[in-house]
Amino acid sequence: MDPLLLQLIINGLIVGALYGVVAMSFVLIYKASQVVNFAQGEFLLIGAWVCWWLITAHNIPFLWSMLLTFVFMVLFGVLLQVVVLRPLIGEPIISVIMVTIGLSIVFQALMKWMFGVFAQPFPPVFETEQVSIGGAQIQTIYLFSLAVSVLLLAACAVFFKYSKYGLAMRATAFDQQVAQSLGVSVKNVFAMAWAISAVVSSVAGVVVGIVNGVSSALSFYGIKVFPAVILGGLDSIAGGVLGGLIVGLLENIAQYVDAKFLHWGNLYEIAPFYVLIIILMIKPYGLFGTEDIERV
Amino acid sequence: MAMQSLIPAGEFKTSYAADATIFPTVTSRNVLIVSLILLCFAPLVFDRYALSLMIQIGYLGIAALGLNILVGFTGQISIGHAAFFGFGAFASAYVNNNYGIPVFFAIPIAGLMTTAVGLIFGLPAARLKGLYLAIATLAAQYILQDFFARAEWFSGGVHGSIANSFSIFGYAFDTDARYFYVVLAYLIVCYLLATNLIRSRDGRALVAVRDHYLSAEMMGINLTKYRTLSFGVSSFFAGIGGALYAHYLQFVSIEGFTILFSIQFLGMIIIGGLGSIMGTLMGTIFMVLLPEAMEWLTSSLSGSAIDQALGLRNNISYLREMAIGAVIVLFLIFEPDGLAHRWKQIKAYWKLYPFSH
Repeated sequence: MDPLLLQLIINGLIVGALYGVVAMSFVLIYKASQVVNFAQGEFLLIGAWVCWWLITAHNIPFLWSMLLTFVFMVLFGVLLQVVVLRPLIGEPIISVIMVTIGLSIVFQALMKWMFGVFAQPFPPVFETEQVSIGGAQIQTIYLFSLAVSVLLLAACAVFFKYSKYGLAMRATAFDQQVAQSLGVSVKNVFAMAWAISAVVSSVAGVVVGIVNGVSSALSFYGIKVFPAVILGGLDSIAGGVLGGLIVGLLENIAQYVDAKFLHWGNLYEIAPFYVLIIILMIKPYGLFGTEDIERV
Repeated sequence: MAMQSLIPAGEFKTSYAADATIFPTVTSRNVLIVSLILLCFAPLVFDRYALSLMIQIGYLGIAALGLNILVGFTGQISIGHAAFFGFGAFASAYVNNNYGIPVFFAIPIAGLMTTAVGLIFGLPAARLKGLYLAIATLAAQYILQDFFARAEWFSGGVHGSIANSFSIFGYAFDTDARYFYVVLAYLIVCYLLATNLIRSRDGRALVAVRDHYLSAEMMGINLTKYRTLSFGVSSFFAGIGGALYAHYLQFVSIEGFTILFSIQFLGMIIIGGLGSIMGTLMGTIFMVLLPEAMEWLTSSLSGSAIDQALGLRNNISYLREMAIGAVIVLFLIFEPDGLAHRWKQIKAYWKLYPFSH
């Protein structure tokens, strides 16, 4: 196999796992509260900047600053839900979409204002830079990111399967009224969904930040998540994760095809969107999404 | 969406013709005509900067009108409007430069070309609605932006393309004062077209699709046809607006047509009022003047403690971006029906003053 292709496939899996994590946190909000969060990318951005700021400005060790970031993101997610999204319950879908779009602009500009437009590198977290697996050179941080992604996904799976709150969230996602009548506080579930989503996204943000440096480019993950979730089905967590992996692979394979045969340039960025349009035309509910059946 | 049912007490109509009329009273018609005549003297009164703002309101207002027909009247969502606006700009310059078609004809041709492109991306619109369509148009935004950068034969690639100035029979509308009349004429024509579209059978079908598409379908309205039609009309207005923009600046660069611009269009119609023709114009005026207001705010705060703490001067561009986002969020939470609704309430208040019920 072509070493370039192998390298790109490995990259694809690693990036895809991160997309999967972001897609999961996106689907989490959508399933629990029927809000399409166009500001998901900004969650990554804010998480990464907060963690970076704690490390560089206050010299807090990596793990501690990570924990503080989690605390901040929980508060942030809950606050956002309570202050901005709660008044909009029952409003038409365009209002909800537009509010999250508006929020994403505000946060993006705010982050640029506070931290500047240039990418800031994280201080080195690991001792060894690279390891060699099967002939391909892989940076330690990539392995770390893969491990973190898998760990996060597993943790969420356990949470939803066994914990009381996870069950409450699944019940709410299934039917809000029924859940409410069984004593689940739907309000709390909404807030919790936003908090969890914010925390999970911030982990992805920090990991990407360690790899590429922290910059406003991170918020593009929030756009890239759309091909992933549409491919997997908008209301399926497993589908979102799988979609993320596929999109990550697809990007890198598109880059390979582009570099070897087509020489168009920039196919890496744009290929997922072509796929998105095609999926929407032939199978709009994705691989695992529930089809929207309407009865009159 | 728009709360058309909130008609104040004391206003009732006895025929459909009275309900569908553009001007409820003779006075309202006369006021509009007089203000349009007054507007014709604007180039004599205002300086160049104010004129350029008015021209900007004109071409953005036309494009926003298209978006309002799609979002406000049909209930579909598009997050790619700026890309269509950009396509119109490039198309007009391309047709004019490569085929020697006069600008006068190039602008409507650009509108039609944009309609064709809009229909390609609108094909999913025939099947999709709401959220899924929003995501499809988001993809259209990125694909078209990529296309502008890639297609050098069409857009001139990174160099951008030159657009000639608008002229009729050799009389060039190349200054702001002259171009003002071109934009004004287009604005009036487009707003008349849209107003009459909404009054017609097709317009009522669009509103029916928005309000309850299942009922609409049962009443015999062809959903696919009207959703696609609305997407086409929306792209047409975007193309016209873009073409006017191109021939005003006489240069189109591939840089400007970003997603932020698309969101600004959405902001205009939300602030103005979804499903309101005049509201679209109000929202556009608001959105164009917003950066000016931020500028004014910054300069009036310059030197003060707030300025020194935040460095407002250097961060004015972020401040503007934030203002756009914040205004959208605040309007959605506190005034979801937009300025048009507020204006109606103010009018009703004074009409019935002091006995408001």
